Amino acid sequence: MARVVGGLTTSHIPAIGNAVPREKELANDPYWKPFFAAYPPARAWLQKMNPDVAVVIYNDHGLNFFLDKMPTFAIGAAARYENADEGWGIPKTPPYQGDPELSWHIIESLVADEFDITSCQEMLVDHGFTVPMSLFWPGNSYGGIKTVPVCINTVQHPLPSPLRCFKLGQAIGRAIESYPKDLKVVVLGTGGMSHQLDGERAGFINKKFDLLCLDKLVNEPEFLTKYSIHELVREAGAQGAEFILWLAMRGVLHGHVTKIHSSYHIAVSNTATGLLVLENAA
Amino acid sequence: MSLITHHEVPIPGTYMFDGRAAMKGYALNKMCYSFNNAENRAEFKNDEDAYCTKYGLNDEQRKAIHERNVLAMIHAGGCIYYLAKFAGIFGLNVQEIGAQQTGMTLEAFRQKLKDQGE
Ligand SMILES: [Fe+2]
Repeated sequence: MARVVGGLTTSHIPAIGNAVPREKELANDPYWKPFFAAYPPARAWLQKMNPDVAVVIYNDHGLNFFLDKMPTFAIGAAARYENADEGWGIPKTPPYQGDPELSWHIIESLVADEFDITSCQEMLVDHGFTVPMSLFWPGNSYGGIKTVPVCINTVQHPLPSPLRCFKLGQAIGRAIESYPKDLKVVVLGTGGMSHQLDGERAGFINKKFDLLCLDKLVNEPEFLTKYSIHELVREAGAQGAEFILWLAMRGVLHGHVTKIHSSYHIAVSNTATGLLVLENAA
Repeated sequence: MSLITHHEVPIPGTYMFDGRAAMKGYALNKMCYSFNNAENRAEFKNDEDAYCTKYGLNDEQRKAIHERNVLAMIHAGGCIYYLAKFAGIFGLNVQEIGAQQTGMTLEAFRQKLKDQGE
């Protein structure tokens, strides 16, 4: 049977997409050093766990989806996913391998579980997906791993509630655990932490709330599911609402969860960055 | 249970991009979405007015685009995720957009970000 070995969360800021190919030369850059210094333990853990599949829970920022059709929950069911030009010039990343059989198993299981999913046999993946992949698999060394993109709407309100996203994660966890192949699955939740790009409150960051989230997500995620989207926007900023993606990730982990590593840093671009590595034991 | 967002107490300086805004800003956002494509970016740069007409922008939206005024674009129904693609044409990053919207210098805006980490 397939098994969820753990989960990772990371910010997915486009500026990181520009910096990541130059990570070595930026190792002593005062701006980037504290950010990149957080990642080696996460990479070491991934190497040890050696997963076969990454389920990547992210949001699209206007590459694959526009307002003409805006699914709340969309799941890729393709053999391959491509990145493309997003308009402001971060380097295009090499393609990602899909796992259509596992994707359809998850989609079927979710719909049976009363989650109505948009299935996508063609899907461009944007920086919400690609930046974390480049961070966790340096040099874009993700060629050996299959991926299942899970895209949650954070662009157009109403957004699905934190509780709904956590429950979606739980249902994805049940789906993976009922998959008959012996696969090791890691789940990524991307985006966050507190940030706001638009309006007179642009540049808003809430360290206290972020640290609360990082703490509660490990052993008491139910606490965080009590927030409404409106409260989340108030506390974490307009785009900090991406934290629902982290909650979905946490929902996938059903077992005994141990924190392996975490990091928090202000700021890259307009954003407080956060990293969390959680191991999931049966 | 949580209620629908626009019944909630407004958050100062913060705009919920909801259905109402998405309808109002559809043409503007659609134009900005087209900037994923390099040929479209070139076409816009070549003749901004013609490009705005092609996408059916209203006067408020055209004025905001003409003035590069991000807050005005948001008031005209713009969604920041698409507007960022417009800003990208001019090489503006989100810190520069943030400085513009808050009426701060770029240096002061960066300092504000940093200070929130103390
Ligand atoms: Fe994002």
